[in-house]
Amino acid sequence: MRYLPKSPADREAMLKTIGLRSVDELFAPIPAEYRLSRDLKVPRQMAESEIVEYFRQRSRENGEGYTSFLGAGAYSHYRPVIIDSLISRGEFLTAYTPYQAEISQGTLQSIFEFQTMICELTGMEVANASMYDGSTAAAEAVMMAVRLTGRRSVIVARSLHPEYREVLATYATHQGMPLSVAGFGADGRVNLGEIEKSITEETAAVLIQSPNFFGTIEDVATIAEVAHKRGAMLVVSIAEAVSLGIVEPPREADVIAMEAQSFGVPLGFGGPYCGVIATREKYVRQMPGRLVGQTVDKQGKRGFVLTLATREQHIRREKATSNICTNQALVALMVNIFMTVYGKVGLRELAKQNLAKTAYAAGQFAKRGKVLFGGAPRFNEFVAETSEDPHAINARLLGHKVVGGLPLKKFYPELGNAALWCCTELTTRTAIDTAVGVVAEGEGSARSVKEEARVEEVAR
Amino acid sequence: MAYPTDRKYTKQHEWIQANGTAGTIGITDYAQQSLGDIVFVELPKVGAELTAGKTFGTVESVKAVSDLYAPASGTVTGTNGDLATSPEKVNKDPHGSWMLKITLKNPKELDTLLSAADYEKFVAEEGGH
Amino acid sequence: MKHMTRKATRHVNQNEGLIFEKSSAGKAAWKLPPLDVPEVETSMLLGSSERKDLGNMPEVSEIEIIRHFTRLSTWNYAIDLGMYPLGSCTMKYNPRVNEAVARVEGIANGHPYQPEKISQGALQILKTLSECLIDITGMDAITMQPAAGAHGEMTGLLMVRAYHHAQGRPRKKILIPDSAHGTNPATAAMVDYAVENLKSDSRGMVDITALEAQMNEDVAALMLTNPNTLGVFEQQIHKIADILHAKGGLLYMDGANMNALVGKVRPGDFGVDVMHLNLHKTFSTPHGGGGPGSGPVAIKKILEPFLPTPVVVTKPDGTLGFNYDRPQSVGRVRAFYGNFGMFVRALAYIQANGPDGLRQTTEDAVLNANYIRKGLEGTYDLPYSTPTMHEVVFSDKLQAKKGVRTMDIAKRLIDYGFHPYTTAFPLIVPGALMIEPTESESKEEMDLFVEAMKSIAEEVEEDPQTVLDAPHSTRVSRLDETAAARKPVLRWKPQG
Repeated sequence: MRYLPKSPADREAMLKTIGLRSVDELFAPIPAEYRLSRDLKVPRQMAESEIVEYFRQRSRENGEGYTSFLGAGAYSHYRPVIIDSLISRGEFLTAYTPYQAEISQGTLQSIFEFQTMICELTGMEVANASMYDGSTAAAEAVMMAVRLTGRRSVIVARSLHPEYREVLATYATHQGMPLSVAGFGADGRVNLGEIEKSITEETAAVLIQSPNFFGTIEDVATIAEVAHKRGAMLVVSIAEAVSLGIVEPPREADVIAMEAQSFGVPLGFGGPYCGVIATREKYVRQMPGRLVGQTVDKQGKRGFVLTLATREQHIRREKATSNICTNQALVALMVNIFMTVYGKVGLRELAKQNLAKTAYAAGQFAKRGKVLFGGAPRFNEFVAETSEDPHAINARLLGHKVVGGLPLKKFYPELGNAALWCCTELTTRTAIDTAVGVVAEGEGSARSVKEEARVEEVAR
Repeated sequence: MAYPTDRKYTKQHEWIQANGTAGTIGITDYAQQSLGDIVFVELPKVGAELTAGKTFGTVESVKAVSDLYAPASGTVTGTNGDLATSPEKVNKDPHGSWMLKITLKNPKELDTLLSAADYEKFVAEEGGH
Repeated sequence: MKHMTRKATRHVNQNEGLIFEKSSAGKAAWKLPPLDVPEVETSMLLGSSERKDLGNMPEVSEIEIIRHFTRLSTWNYAIDLGMYPLGSCTMKYNPRVNEAVARVEGIANGHPYQPEKISQGALQILKTLSECLIDITGMDAITMQPAAGAHGEMTGLLMVRAYHHAQGRPRKKILIPDSAHGTNPATAAMVDYAVENLKSDSRGMVDITALEAQMNEDVAALMLTNPNTLGVFEQQIHKIADILHAKGGLLYMDGANMNALVGKVRPGDFGVDVMHLNLHKTFSTPHGGGGPGSGPVAIKKILEPFLPTPVVVTKPDGTLGFNYDRPQSVGRVRAFYGNFGMFVRALAYIQANGPDGLRQTTEDAVLNANYIRKGLEGTYDLPYSTPTMHEVVFSDKLQAKKGVRTMDIAKRLIDYGFHPYTTAFPLIVPGALMIEPTESESKEEMDLFVEAMKSIAEEVEEDPQTVLDAPHSTRVSRLDETAAARKPVLRWKPQG
């Protein structure tokens, strides 16, 4: 097998050194009743060209060449080419966790820069070296608040990504953390009155997302006031990192749980992505995840190390702040390079383009259907309501090789025929006009039987 | 090393000095040596209740965390704020750097603890194995 | 240095500051195309939500970024450079075809919410990999959702909990051997189980008598690593499984050491009910400096109803889709479906190997560990004489007499051109040296490793200070971890 660097002669020599006659003797500790005597049921050994062809075929079956208006927690942004050039270097790609600092300074310094930039963008004082993704980062941030306040219950905004809420529910069930949900208003923002009514002296945290699942920017300052007045912490989830280029970060938050996928991480059908937790310095000892700190070596030279490791599982074991071990380091490096490429000016320009494309699209949609939640500012997503079922619209759009907005009925049944549309700097005016045109076809006209059938095909 | 005779010791390597019902608690030289460079000390707040034998906080080095066990029961009346900024004081002067001041619930509990001589013997045995 | 190393020489690599130290206003590495839609008045759209200032974010050119990260990369050790003898990490070759196929457009750019009609490629990959892993583990079903091993442990224990709950007998604790990886007890605590320690016997294996004594109807499961962290196969695994099952408990296996088992034996066959895999260990997906990983959880039929939602199903028309109608599911453990990019890589690895390649890989992994054991026996103390599978654990007992410990030897190994082995773990061996070469090491590389370790042992006798002060040949010498922990500096700040 071509990955194995041993010749039959090598194996012979090694067996001789060990004093064995065959490799089978090495497997003698396995009770005979369990030893496999058949081949594993996996595909036969393939040549590299066959493997490549297999995945090319899968790619053709996976929407290759389609334009998409999907967002909802995973965003399509341009990935500068140098990201892959650099992260593909073997010294980054195939390096281990930087526990041995002297031979991992490359990884450690880049994480230190990552932590710094996340702090600058979020307005927080410390940031960790990554969590699995935005959804688990939100859950872990809430658990942090529970530890810090000594309280148990949590208020969650319904305008937080539905799958994030599901993840939190899974984590909370076994930690004895009662969850209550605060709904959203006509402006798409979380209902402040509902938070005020639910919050008690037992509330550890209020968890919101901004820009929220609908793309709407929440009134973070006011929510923070409400939470802090009762001694609860405010945890803010950010799913669209590019928003930080033009939208004020939630500086009043106590903990920010981010998804940094927008910063140079491929959509990749849902993962791997890049969660991050950022918070105030005083909470650092309750933060989960790895942290890189600056220090000096014996000669006084600046260097970097993993630090505050006593929070982590390999030392605290059952008393650790989290069980997390492997994180998303290589993906965080992609994010790091992306942030470095765009930088102070570029990130703002990038965000502005997203804002402009979405404003144009929302404006056009408003002429043909209804755009919801107009009472509050939004970033690069909006919700459009049509008289036609969005599944039918999307079926027609697929014919144009366009993937339409995400139908919301499954998550928010009361919103009826609403769909969540996202425009980024990659969305062309042509694509927007095409989509609007297809939407217009259905508005006001009855659905044909043919279209009923196609709806069945594409409905999820 | 000679352990000060003005106090009692526990097998978990804490010391306690008592003056009537006023108790002062810290960790021993053996403890700080075993831990190595101390980076953080986690202590309870003033007003917290301690129960003899139960954990009341932790002391951290770079690679390890150790629980601190209460030598006696009582209520915390003071914590050493110095240790938050300079935890290394515990390494430099373990018997002089106090961690907690408490009001003892039952000063007689100290009768069951080790004297300086007994603790020295205990440490010599433990270190030897 | 009296002892010369054949493998490594001092490598001069360039200094490189922090990216912020190179930044200055007006430099740029980006350019956006012109807007094809009308410009917007940001303050009008966002009002008080508008951000005006991005603070100290850097401004640098593209060549500076390329040089910056290229120079940083030269300060790292990597599998591409040489062996990582890290125990239980399985630092094997990361095949490059994996990287190429992960980047094919439809796969790299697939949105998780795109209609199933145009997701058949991704779904097929999910299904095929799942089927392979099910046969490799000997289990009945699998979830690919967990993002890493620890996440998989959590998911597995959630399903264990749901199972016992459904049986009407919720239980309180998990038994964990004292040789276990730290994620095991940390995970049990996260899922609100009490952790009870299980002592190892004199051969480093599960103490059957202790297990019998400790097993009762309060125990939900035993979390076992097999082979264990000493690299020893639990020969009494049948008995262990029986003891658990007799009292209604489940056997959880930490799959970190699967590299000793693939193609030779299947955990499902020897009584395991639930286990996680580490795709970034056994299945060659790259470590990338600490992640990403992927921790799928394979289960027996009895746990199937509790799988995280959604599951991949074949629809009546033959196409693939996701089923969200799972009333007994433990829920989601993360958004979307898992670290899909790692699935692509793991499947490509399985395809490149086939059944024969996988088996030969396992054989080489075990052969390599035994070869190193033979080479170092006598030079280093071997605390357990039980047969070794894919990793071997020595201790620093002999060297400790000269005041030299496992961490010092590890640091000196760096001067010989190797990454250190795993130090100070498992906890049941004081001063442990845990070595796992994997199948990716040639005889030459391993001979150099054995030679280096023997040389260091000699140095310990003749000139221990050289070892104590190591490493001598790296860009930075030993770093002050105490200062880093006492006064953490976790970000760069501008001067003044």
